[in-house]
Amino acid sequence: MSALQDDFASIVQMVSIICLIVLSVSIILLIIRVLKGPTNADRAVALDAIGVNIMAFAALLAIILVTPNFNDIVLLIGILLFIGTVAIAIYLEKGDLIDTDDN
Amino acid sequence: MENSPNNLIFKTTTVLISFLLLGFSVYLFFSGHNSPGGGFIGGLGTAAALVLMYMAYGFKTVSKVLPINYRILTMTGVLIAILTSAGSFVFGQPFLSHTFTYVHVPLIGKMELATATLFDLGVYLTVVGIALTIILSIAQDRSTSEENTSGQDTYSR
Repeated sequence: MSALQDDFASIVQMVSIICLIVLSVSIILLIIRVLKGPTNADRAVALDAIGVNIMAFAALLAIILVTPNFNDIVLLIGILLFIGTVAIAIYLEKGDLIDTDDN
Repeated sequence: MENSPNNLIFKTTTVLISFLLLGFSVYLFFSGHNSPGGGFIGGLGTAAALVLMYMAYGFKTVSKVLPINYRILTMTGVLIAILTSAGSFVFGQPFLSHTFTYVHVPLIGKMELATATLFDLGVYLTVVGIALTIILSIAQDRSTSEENTSGQDTYSR
């Protein structure tokens, strides 16, 4: 039983490291999209996807380092990512983020 | 604004997400100095929630709901930080020294009460005030310099 658990733990570690490498490749491709995206909407979508990849990165780091301290970070990145994406969308659509008109 | 976009979904989602974020920032504030969290990141979370409300509902509406002068909030935070730091002089300790104790609260169990939380409250208020002052100043400056030159006082709250 203990040997089985050790095998499982090593398999989880290996799979997590492979997933980190794949996520890194994904983030590099998305950075290329951010840099040379034809329109600003492409850049916004690529930044959103980078944020999702960073959330997965933090979760995988929590698995590899065997600590629960990264779980709050994942939630915080998600919420701030939502706000950032909304801000980019409003900027692309209206030009100013916060309405200061009288009506 | 005549051609304002239809952001009904955004406004409805903001009601949920901003209060979720406010609760989460309070949790981050109280999770304190033993786990990730504290005054600074809690203040940033609160500022993010307030900025989300400003983006969804506009400056006038949120100013009517939350009539807070954020510069006074900043000053209050710095004052709380200084006073709680200098409070250690009363007990003959050096500046910024803190202590903690364990109390037993029913239904929750053993809790750690640290005086660093009081200092963190000052940091929290300062961060909220500074972040919202900066963001609202930039937003009003942009809006007045480009399109809104009708003599509106930008510094009035």
